Amino acid sequence: MKYTKEHEWLRVEGDIVVVGITEHAATALGDVVFVELPEPETVVTEGDEVSVIESVKAASDITAPCDGEIVAVNQKLVDNPGLVNEDPLGAGWFFKMKLDDMGVLDDFMDEDEYNDMIA
Amino acid sequence: MPVCLFPAESGAALAEDLLYLGLNDLHVALGGKMVPFAGYSMPVQFPTGVMKEHLHTRAAAGLFDVSHMGQVILRPRGTYEETALAFEALMPVDVLGVAEGRQRYGLFTSDQGGILDDLMFANRGDHIFVVVNAACKAADIAHMTAHLSGVCEVIPVTDRALLALQGPQAEAALARLVPEVAAMRFMDVGVYGDIWVSRSGYTGEDGFEISLPMARVQGFAEALLDMPEVLPIGLGARDSLRLEAGLCLYGHDIDTTTSPVEAGLTWAIQKARRAGGARAGGFPGAGRILAELADGPSRVRVGLRPEGRAPMREDTALFAGDIAVGKVTSGGFGPSLNAPIAMGYVAAEHATIGTRLDGEVRGKRMPLTVAAMPFQPTTYKR
Repeated sequence: MKYTKEHEWLRVEGDIVVVGITEHAATALGDVVFVELPEPETVVTEGDEVSVIESVKAASDITAPCDGEIVAVNQKLVDNPGLVNEDPLGAGWFFKMKLDDMGVLDDFMDEDEYNDMIA
Repeated sequence: MPVCLFPAESGAALAEDLLYLGLNDLHVALGGKMVPFAGYSMPVQFPTGVMKEHLHTRAAAGLFDVSHMGQVILRPRGTYEETALAFEALMPVDVLGVAEGRQRYGLFTSDQGGILDDLMFANRGDHIFVVVNAACKAADIAHMTAHLSGVCEVIPVTDRALLALQGPQAEAALARLVPEVAAMRFMDVGVYGDIWVSRSGYTGEDGFEISLPMARVQGFAEALLDMPEVLPIGLGARDSLRLEAGLCLYGHDIDTTTSPVEAGLTWAIQKARRAGGARAGGFPGAGRILAELADGPSRVRVGLRPEGRAPMREDTALFAGDIAVGKVTSGGFGPSLNAPIAMGYVAAEHATIGTRLDGEVRGKRMPLTVAAMPFQPTTYKR
């Protein structure tokens, strides 16, 4: 598992990367009440705002962590946004991406580095 | 904007500038997430979380620390009536008609007919007790001192905390400590030893606001929190509860640019102060306010129900077709309705309940409907 400074996690599954937000982020955001997901097959550039997450407190954007293509989205979040709080690292995933270059994953934080960042 | 973890803290004052109130240590011990609010360090939520805190308040009882609010005593130098009449000259409200032991909602208006602050005041026999918003209290005290000092002493109460206990089980919980409160009705006030109670609040629920000496507040709060029905509630749920109840938040839904009539607060302007009333006019901005009462305002505060799941937050622009007709002043998610809700101002011709409008969220127009408020039925014990 890799982590971004924007509190996203990236999990490699074959040639696909699954993206979600960390437990720390989900806790800090508070109860999530709305999630807007990107369209599958969207080609994205690192930093693009691809998803919106609204908690009881505020709206935040989820950005594309790398260049690539969105290949799948978690439709369950639309009907049940609370999954982000209940299971942020599992059932609360946001989207899956096919990266232009899997090598960029090396640039992200590992778990220890992320935990140091939020400590 | 990346994931914004602590939105309430953006633009925050430096920690050393913050003021800490009597329950600060207890909030921290309870795991409260402390944020700056109106210059004070206040809990925005506890580990329970905003959603469950909100629902718990509607189902049982929630304890709020609102000690940042301003408590002021107006102590007459002459008669009570003289002070009441001078206080009336600052508000479009019937002060004189409030019976001893009763509280009423009031508004300080500006010469332009805008709202300087909204407040609660009570007739406590030989004096008037006033509770004002935290962010406005310095200006309110200066305003009252400037206009009322000839007839009364304006005494800021700085050594007392203010708690709110809200929800259907608030009466049962508070009555274990102060048995007299069970006999109170909505907007009654009572003095029980050194504890001052009003049966009112800011959630739409039955409940109480309790003023007590700062030195006693921690023990009193702990006694309430020891009861199984009572949980500590932060400012986050306070905001969603008042929004569901259709209640205005000063600085957002009402301010110096909005008149009481535009804000739909005409119920707070009693007959005595209206045209033809016993003491008609004679308050700041009376020209505009009485004209709007007679002719209707050009814009009105309305309730709004977005049709999708996406909340429409403050400042969301509202459209009828291509025409801009207003904006959202408070918006979010209503946990008891399990749906997004909002309030805002729209041009009067678009204010009829059931009117469909669009709100622009992140560049996209999304439908919403003008709706009656409160969104959640109130349960005041009248």
